[in-house]
Amino acid sequence: MKEIALHLLDIVQNSVTAGAAHVDIRFDLSADGVLAMSVRDDGRGMSPELLERVRSPFTTTRSTRKVGLGIPLLQQNAMLTGGDVDIESQVGKGTVITARFVTSSIDCLPLGDLASTMATIIMGSPDAPEFSLTCRGPAGEMDFSTEAIRGALEGVSLAEPEVVQWIQESIREEVEPIFGGIIR
Amino acid sequence: MKSLAELEAIRKATASRINLRHEDAADTTRVVIGMATCGIAAGARPVMLSFVDEINKRQLNHVTVSQTGCIGMCRLEPMVDVIVPGKEKVTYVHVKPEMVSRIVAEHIVNGRPVAEYTIGAAEN
Repeated sequence: MKEIALHLLDIVQNSVTAGAAHVDIRFDLSADGVLAMSVRDDGRGMSPELLERVRSPFTTTRSTRKVGLGIPLLQQNAMLTGGDVDIESQVGKGTVITARFVTSSIDCLPLGDLASTMATIIMGSPDAPEFSLTCRGPAGEMDFSTEAIRGALEGVSLAEPEVVQWIQESIREEVEPIFGGIIR
Repeated sequence: MKSLAELEAIRKATASRINLRHEDAADTTRVVIGMATCGIAAGARPVMLSFVDEINKRQLNHVTVSQTGCIGMCRLEPMVDVIVPGKEKVTYVHVKPEMVSRIVAEHIVNGRPVAEYTIGAAEN
């Protein structure tokens, strides 16, 4: 992966597959330059046994193949910067995965195009779950949620091309001033 | 956030077209993009958004864009299936954003698949 935002696009699919009703995505940039990306869902969660194996590239829930690289690749890129990945999960409650990146590290990926990732995520699952995005940093903060805009759409799908582009532009405008220094 | 009034305008503009779409579901052309770890790493995200942009620009009401997982040919990603009703499915491989306008114009609008981008051409 060439961007942290691409890792997000990848691991959010796990929450969707887990049958979550709500997926809350957060990016917090601390004053000392540590970027924490977390994805919290209320999907089916993982058993302690699965949680123990989930970082292995040879663990996957699909039945067609025996490898799954989403989490291992995320962990590798976080650890290369001196950061780490935390996963908490409870069966029936949901999962929280948090990846920390030390942005001053030469090995840190750029944050990348968060707006395109959110547009792609929402377009892939326009009816459910509800997604929210919160970004916080020394330069400001923003909130976005599909729940908030669904009302205004009165039944028009979030996957309509015009709506997808509106979401993309609206998020891009707000993220730029908060994370301007780490996007590219 | 950009103004919700703008979203309201989008809703009004699309509402009529959407009714049209539901009536003609049998005529709908589907564009399906692989969006698993392999597809994403190979560049599927900008490809998908290029299809959305192109379809929006041309106001193609009979086309839907959707995503799928990994189908096991990771080395050929990004892969895109174009499924025109009544025709055989066409699979494009190693798709880049700059190839999208040609696929939309020649295949989806004019009915002639772009042979050189297909999986058949890549395997020879």
